[in-house]
Amino acid sequence: MRVDEAATREIFILGGREARRERLRVAGTEPVGPYSLLRLDRGGLEPGVPGQFFMLEAPGRLLPRPMSLCQAPAGELAFLMEPIGPGTRALCALRAGDAIHVLGPLGNGFDVDVERPLLVGGGIGIAPLPYLREALGDAPVLLGFRSEHHAEAACLLPGAEVAVEPRLVTDLLPTDPGDVLACGPEPMLEAMRARVPGAQLAWEAPMACGYGACYGCVVELSCRYVRVCIDGPVIRPPAPSAA
Amino acid sequence: MSREGDELSTGGVSVPILNASGCLDALTAPGVAQSLDAFVTKTVTPLAREGNPPPRIAETDEWMLNSIGLQNPGIDAWVEQSYPRLRELGVPLWVSVGGFSASDYAFVCERLDALEDVDVLELNLSCPNVDEAPETAAELTAAARAATSKRLYAKLSPALPDVAEAARAVANAGADGLSLVNTLRGLALDPATLRPRLALGPGGASGPALRPIALACIYACARAVELPIVGMGGIASGRDAVQFVAAGATALALGTILFGDPAAPGRVRAELAAEVTSRGYASAAEIRELARESASLSIASAE
Repeated sequence: MRVDEAATREIFILGGREARRERLRVAGTEPVGPYSLLRLDRGGLEPGVPGQFFMLEAPGRLLPRPMSLCQAPAGELAFLMEPIGPGTRALCALRAGDAIHVLGPLGNGFDVDVERPLLVGGGIGIAPLPYLREALGDAPVLLGFRSEHHAEAACLLPGAEVAVEPRLVTDLLPTDPGDVLACGPEPMLEAMRARVPGAQLAWEAPMACGYGACYGCVVELSCRYVRVCIDGPVIRPPAPSAA
Repeated sequence: MSREGDELSTGGVSVPILNASGCLDALTAPGVAQSLDAFVTKTVTPLAREGNPPPRIAETDEWMLNSIGLQNPGIDAWVEQSYPRLRELGVPLWVSVGGFSASDYAFVCERLDALEDVDVLELNLSCPNVDEAPETAAELTAAARAATSKRLYAKLSPALPDVAEAARAVANAGADGLSLVNTLRGLALDPATLRPRLALGPGGASGPALRPIALACIYACARAVELPIVGMGGIASGRDAVQFVAAGATALALGTILFGDPAAPGRVRAELAAEVTSRGYASAAEIRELARESASLSIASAE
């Protein structure tokens, strides 16, 4: 799969935010523990704000895959992913010189205008945190992984405190955590929500379109279904009422 | 564009291109809606519906499955909140109508009948994700016909035992056009757990694999009734689109392809035009007529 000579661009307003769709050349793929960091030439796409995501064409698959922006090096967009299904396996198999369509940036992002940020990530949920930390100009980071091999990805966030199962990242939370910005598996986010009302939580959901068209990515919030791609992925739900 | 379907008259080397209902939200993606020749809303029902619990979507090697469950604000809230914003987009507006009984369809159609900027009502008959109304497609069409003077398009299921007979029946009941086809009911099981991947089990199957099934339905209905036909089911390119025209479609709708490619309307329109002109025709309508003339085979022997 080689990139076309003339890249085609399309500009959209999606969910009230500007996004572009373009065929981007793969700059390279690097292993990070069991994960892969896919680097794309940025083309005309903006990186957006931390917490926003992009829809990446998954070679050979019917639907694109949503990926948080992990890093925004000069001229590039980098995505951290775990090869757990046919789409992510296809994306992790891309090599320099290949090209895929990318749409974004999509969704809302984290509110970085906070006084005492504390970044919390679990597993592949650490993906948006490097770009977020860069936007904050540094911040303490707590990470949790299911194995030492997975914890190798902590190299993307130097100085982070790391918990490996059976220790959980929530075990690392200080009594006064400050302004928590978190991303990780649903049980981790639920635990964060209970411990830290008002924490900014980056939810994830299986998505078909990523731009509000299909209503496939809903999560339940305040007794109704909201689209993670349009009303999220960063959500600040109210603390759950006492049982 | 042709003697039929004058509500979407374009003429020329392309045909009108719409979205498939449920595959686009014009209010979150207005530019995509404006790149279409008409926008079809997500199905509106008498009462608000939350929709189904997630997971609502799954992708297999050959299909997409959805079990959205007709999440919509209900007709009253749609009229009050969605309609004023949709009519400002400047794109012709089709409203998909759903329900669980003939009176449901009549109720929604009656409310929509008064709205000046609603062009066509598309009756969502047999969505795989909701319990079917007990009445037949023809009975539901008749109930809708009695409730409105707006153009009515009947969207039929590809699973009907005899879709051409259903087309004749809805035509006799007052339908002004056909939308072919809805999704097929399908089930995806997780290979590890062997449990359904969608929360409610089965869902509507869509995508490129639906094309031969859709083409068969369009081919049969175009030879059974003289109604305009919006053809849909896995169209992803002009190459696909020209086949739908050749089978008998007078307009096309894009569904699953929009999820991966919001630029698909403009792309497919241009690709279809190229397919028509490269064959030496001045209009897409000529291709449709050519295919009808050459259908000297009976439908039975076409298999």
